[in-house]
Amino acid sequence: MKAFMADLFAGVVLLFARAITAVRAIWDETGPPRRQSVYFANHASHGDFILIWAVLPPRLRRRVRPVAGADYWLKSPLRRFIGQDVFNAVLIQRVREERDNDPIEMMAQALDEHASLIFFPEGTRNQTDLPLLPFKTGLFHLATARPDVDLVPVWIANLNRVMPKGEFVPVPLICTTTFGAPLRLQAGEDKEAFIERAQAALLALAPKSESSQ
Amino acid sequence: MSTTWHDMFLLLLGIGGVLLLASLVGRILQWRLSPDGSNSTIENLNARINAWWIMAILIAIAFIAGRVGVLVLFAFCSFAALREFVTLTNTRRADHWALATAFFVVVPLQYFLLWKEEYGIFSVFIPVYAFLLMPIIAVIRGDTHNFLVRIAELQWALMICVFCASHVPALLTLNIPGFEGRNVLLIAFLVIVVQLSDVLQYVWGKLFGRTKIAPNLSPSKTVEGFVGGVASATLIGAGLWWITPFTPVQAGIMAFVIAMMGFFGGLVMSAIKRDRGVKDWGHLIDGHGGLIDRLDSVVFSAPVFFHLTRYWWSLS
Repeated sequence: MKAFMADLFAGVVLLFARAITAVRAIWDETGPPRRQSVYFANHASHGDFILIWAVLPPRLRRRVRPVAGADYWLKSPLRRFIGQDVFNAVLIQRVREERDNDPIEMMAQALDEHASLIFFPEGTRNQTDLPLLPFKTGLFHLATARPDVDLVPVWIANLNRVMPKGEFVPVPLICTTTFGAPLRLQAGEDKEAFIERAQAALLALAPKSESSQ
Repeated sequence: MSTTWHDMFLLLLGIGGVLLLASLVGRILQWRLSPDGSNSTIENLNARINAWWIMAILIAIAFIAGRVGVLVLFAFCSFAALREFVTLTNTRRADHWALATAFFVVVPLQYFLLWKEEYGIFSVFIPVYAFLLMPIIAVIRGDTHNFLVRIAELQWALMICVFCASHVPALLTLNIPGFEGRNVLLIAFLVIVVQLSDVLQYVWGKLFGRTKIAPNLSPSKTVEGFVGGVASATLIGAGLWWITPFTPVQAGIMAFVIAMMGFFGGLVMSAIKRDRGVKDWGHLIDGHGGLIDRLDSVVFSAPVFFHLTRYWWSLS
């Protein structure tokens, strides 16, 4: 019964996301990713992971799990249902002092179970005028823990206009998700160099007008 | 009423035949010239023909479903077109409620008024009430940056995508003596003439096009395509007089006006795309780009066709 409700809810979310944003994927030349991947994206809205989830072909969508903050998604029974049952999120504890398990270990374990991940390396929603906040180190640690998984940059455009901070009614506007070429941690690459390379790869996918603002 | 169904059936048969012929030609061209899918013009042509099938079937279903079907179809078109248009404008956070009102109040209300056949309020709801209400809602947030530009863009988006587009189903509200129950055929006349005019301009242009007509706006449009397309659409319109309340000559004049408005509408919408640096309005229809790319000429001709018909033929 719960699984059926979760499927139904997922269908409604998919329909709603498409009605509001007509979201469309712009793939890398090689088409939709075929290998297990960590999709890392810019983060401006609570709906970001839904757009990536929505544009993936069904076969990939079934395997993908968003990485999200446990503090937000365990707060109420409804959020718990959406986070755990509908999207099967990997819920991590973002505040170091409150942790009783290691986020990187949880993500690595999900990868070992053949899931793909949706991950926001900025660590929090970007509510500034900058196109991208400096990455936290999580992506580097994940790449170190599982170096044979593809890291695919994904730029989500326009969703911050659909639902700006503090609004609760979405405005219908067309959104795109642009997928870049996969990256991996290179031999001997240090933390700063890797993070800089990953940031540049993501930013390179932003539409011109957005990155110049 | 039965003659309406009879005429509609003939019309659908004719459209099906034309599309079948187009599909056949498309397949042969592909087989002869582009077996590996390498000729992009032919691939695009076939994508367009396939999309035409879907559009024709959707319109046919709406017609068979009756007045509500047509209203729902065009309300959806307005919504999707507005979504494409607003995506390309300079909206700011302060416009959020004005935009939400445009999508979730103005669009449904405009079509609700048509459903109630309230012509008086229908014809002024957007140009009077929405146009005054939008800047009021936006100004409350106090953000003056680009204010006039933002408001003008939103008003024009509503004008094009909602007000003008709603004049296609508004044809159903006309009361023409001797034409009772047949109004849906006026929509068919408008849509067929305007779309065939677009297609024939493309075909004439591809076959005989030499002289560019508006190189800055639309490099693919030529004088030969324009003259050939408008002339043949006028003749086809005259030949369709039997589905209209017009005589053959009147039908030809109407078709000419529709084709001209459609042509210039296409140029205006191209100018907006150029200004915004995009090739298409969106990606809703495979091979055609966005919905507005297909609707631009209909949108410009619909209000003019509606008012000409209303002024000279309708009682209400």
